[in-house]
Amino acid sequence: MTKKEGTTPRKDGSPADGCGLYVHVPFCRKKCRYCDFYSIPSTSLVPQWLSALATEIALYAGSFPRFGSLYLGGGTPSLLGERELGDLLEEVFRHFSFSGSPEITLEANPDDMDRDTLRAWRRLGINRLSLGVQSLSEEELLFLGRRHTARQALLALERIRSEGFPHFSVDLIFGLPGQSVETWGKTLERVLSFHPSHLSCYQLTLSEGTPLWALKRRGGFEPPGEEEERKLFLCASETLEGRGYVHYEISNFALRRRRGPGFEAEGRLEAPWGDLSVCRHNLKYWNRTSYLGLGPSAHSFLEKRRWWNHRSVERYCEDLFRGRLPVEGEEFLSGDQARLEALFLGLRTKTGIVRKDFCGSADTERALSRLVRQGYVNVIKDRIIPTRKGFLVADRLPMAFL
Amino acid sequence: MNSIRNFSIIAHIDHGKSTLADRIIQYAGLVDERNFRDQILDTMDIERERGITIKSQSVTLPYTSRSGEAFDLNLIDTPGHVDFSYEVSRALTSCEGVLLLVDASQGVEAQTLANLYAALEHDLAVIPVINKIDLPSANIDLVKQQIEIELGLDPEGALLCSAKKGTGIEEILEAVTLRIPPPGGTREAPLAALVFDAQYDAFRGTIVSVRVFEGSLRPGDTIRLMSNGRTYKVEEVGVFRLNKEPKKELVCGEVGYILAGIKTVRDTRIGDTITLDNDPTPAPLPGFKEVKPVVFSSMYPIDSDDYLVLAEALEKYRLNDASLVYQKDSSAALGQGFRCGFLGLLHLEIVQERMEREYDQSIIMTLPSVRYRFHLKDASSLEVDNPQYYPDPAKIQRAEEPYVRAQVLFPDRYMGTVINLCLERRGENLNHYYPTPGRIELTCEMPLAEMIHEFYDRLKTVTQGYGSFDYEWIGYRESDLVKMDILVNGERVDALSLMIHHERARTRALHIVNRLKEEIPRHLFKIALQGAIGGTIIARSTIPPFRKDVTAKCYGGDITRKRKLIEKQKKGKKRMKMVGSVEIPQSAFVKVFQSYDD
Repeated sequence: MTKKEGTTPRKDGSPADGCGLYVHVPFCRKKCRYCDFYSIPSTSLVPQWLSALATEIALYAGSFPRFGSLYLGGGTPSLLGERELGDLLEEVFRHFSFSGSPEITLEANPDDMDRDTLRAWRRLGINRLSLGVQSLSEEELLFLGRRHTARQALLALERIRSEGFPHFSVDLIFGLPGQSVETWGKTLERVLSFHPSHLSCYQLTLSEGTPLWALKRRGGFEPPGEEEERKLFLCASETLEGRGYVHYEISNFALRRRRGPGFEAEGRLEAPWGDLSVCRHNLKYWNRTSYLGLGPSAHSFLEKRRWWNHRSVERYCEDLFRGRLPVEGEEFLSGDQARLEALFLGLRTKTGIVRKDFCGSADTERALSRLVRQGYVNVIKDRIIPTRKGFLVADRLPMAFL
Repeated sequence: MNSIRNFSIIAHIDHGKSTLADRIIQYAGLVDERNFRDQILDTMDIERERGITIKSQSVTLPYTSRSGEAFDLNLIDTPGHVDFSYEVSRALTSCEGVLLLVDASQGVEAQTLANLYAALEHDLAVIPVINKIDLPSANIDLVKQQIEIELGLDPEGALLCSAKKGTGIEEILEAVTLRIPPPGGTREAPLAALVFDAQYDAFRGTIVSVRVFEGSLRPGDTIRLMSNGRTYKVEEVGVFRLNKEPKKELVCGEVGYILAGIKTVRDTRIGDTITLDNDPTPAPLPGFKEVKPVVFSSMYPIDSDDYLVLAEALEKYRLNDASLVYQKDSSAALGQGFRCGFLGLLHLEIVQERMEREYDQSIIMTLPSVRYRFHLKDASSLEVDNPQYYPDPAKIQRAEEPYVRAQVLFPDRYMGTVINLCLERRGENLNHYYPTPGRIELTCEMPLAEMIHEFYDRLKTVTQGYGSFDYEWIGYRESDLVKMDILVNGERVDALSLMIHHERARTRALHIVNRLKEEIPRHLFKIALQGAIGGTIIARSTIPPFRKDVTAKCYGGDITRKRKLIEKQKKGKKRMKMVGSVEIPQSAFVKVFQSYDD
């Protein structure tokens, strides 16, 4: 542990792992029924979007310090052709500077993946894949409105494995109607047999306006109750932690590469990376490292400012073709707001929060000792770290310190 | 003096008292059509909205009889509700006769009877008037029969009218001049004037409504209030013709007002006798008594920071409502507030509503209580209306609670349900008879505490609206009282403690803990809700902890959305009342205080 990394700022003021760069690819062949992210079910605007994106990249050139990660999300970035993806990356690397070993992630759909594409992605420098498997049950995939089948998902996993991608993550969804600890456990086991370095297990969230939300409102299905969802959550956490993964954020699990005391003893996540396959990019959102989001609906954060782009490809392109940034809104955080963010974001990860920043008064100390006694958090060195039980009520924990 | 008639209209609620008063005033031509509004004597918004009269008010009406004689008719409007029965009795004392109004379709009701008894007690001439004869459901023959049998009055003397349509008004006024005797009294005698109302006026001080029985009164006279001996110099006297109309003097037999620089209404007592300081009447007019509050409740500002604002508003309110009494109170859960005493539940509701509407206060009022009497083992005794001052149970020899005699009138098909209701409310000595076939008059003795908790609403429900009731105070009786506490995670919530009859405690405690269970949001820990008498738990319920409350995804980089949710949560927390480490929302107190029965 001689080389200190993580969020400790360097002398030039840039974060140790660099800032995050996100590119939103707002296209899908078909919208999934649960998805709340912005995308349009047509690829006809890809050329315009690419050219607008090039302008946006150029406009932001030089405005951020060094980047440590690039994340291509969506939408469905994997539907971009090799040429399009190549052009995009070229623009990015031409205008922005990156640290020596950036994490470059591509979100991919199982049905967009054959050996040639995988090899092309490797060639282009992508070193991490996030595969949207969601489920290995045909019935569940159909319910979610996914394009791919379970067979395609297994095939994709097999290919990634045999191509030897340095990092790959699998996205799964739980809390589906009819799902039990048994079926969910089985899905997890089958995925684990491909040894992903990372898993994201999201509980199904019914966001207003999505088809599944509407279906639920019409009484079309009943999600499992609170108690059942809790069991599914615990099932994922216990199963994966039993298999060498660290439950480092509410929905995220990273493989621990070597045995040893690891980060828990340190009470912090960010140093060193060596032993944990965390998603370095996502971690920046949670530990409040600056990030730049490009593309429609993307959010950015730099020091005290948060801003976000128009949630419309047309509007996005129009602004950029006129040479303007496609920013829809912005806010400047007060000290209190920044503190609040650090609190609730910290309590969603194993990094936790710095005790002296949020405790000290009689009320908060009393609340803290109650939370410790009840097993929601642990105090490790100078930090307050949520436990697995604490993750389950992460939306409630911040209130104890307010 | 022979040209003066003093009368009042008495009626069961909704039998058309205010409408008839309106028609009479219109008939007298005191106000033109353009400026007329319904319920013209009820000047308070709350009176108009609820269709009730809270304060007594008089109006002097010119009337020329068919024989060509000119009269001054003094109509004294009285409150209809039993909470204000003392005010009513003072107003009736000021009259020589009453119009007893009976609804042509509803017939004689409990308050009709109570009103008649009150009028007879004051030895007044009674003119029965059957109102609403225009209704299709009007049954004049049946009502006449009730007037004869139930009221014992001559049905042939009953007048018919429709106040709504304005028919029969002249006949009524004619009867007032012919059948109500003129006032007596001697002009040369020492002054004796009865106070039957007092109203606060920010500019002129208290406007005292009086009926002069003996003597006369002029501006410049020095008057003495006989109950407290205070003296004031009279600035103005006059009569009400909707507005004040000054006169040179008020003489015996007349009804009018006095302005004498009296600062607050508290200095004048309803029922007091006013006389001249230099020529006093030997004895005050009979019937004066100090009105005592019978229902008590604590008033707290919703936001504890508003305590001083509330204090100021109450002080102002009291200027105009001498029957409201209050003193400081405080609660660990609700902060600083006031313990208030009221004449009855309606009075409480009126104060609450007026504080909110006219004085713009956001308040919480605790469950109403009556005043209990405790005889201690050391032979001393004390009266307690606030559970906070409940005596040490080990020192109590015996306890007493106030009882009333209720008189309930209803169609006989509801006999079973009404009797059940009365027994359920610890009614005793039930007696009934059939005043006319098909109708029952039931009397029963009941603790006041049972009566003030929505007895009227329940009666209306079980009789489908056909039951009516009235009650009178009969005094204290021995009772098996306990103090019941509500514990939240073992901590007593002082604002929820109650003095209650032992038999009723368990049901009540269960009701409260269930309400709390609905209203207190889940916490990260289990919350035990208990009802307890001393160390004995009599009811319990549990709020399970949150087992899971987490948003799966933090929406990519959209931190703003999530932060806003937490900011909102934080704001909500500020409005919570802390009991130990449990956050109790205001709404929980409001819900518990709102209703007694499920």
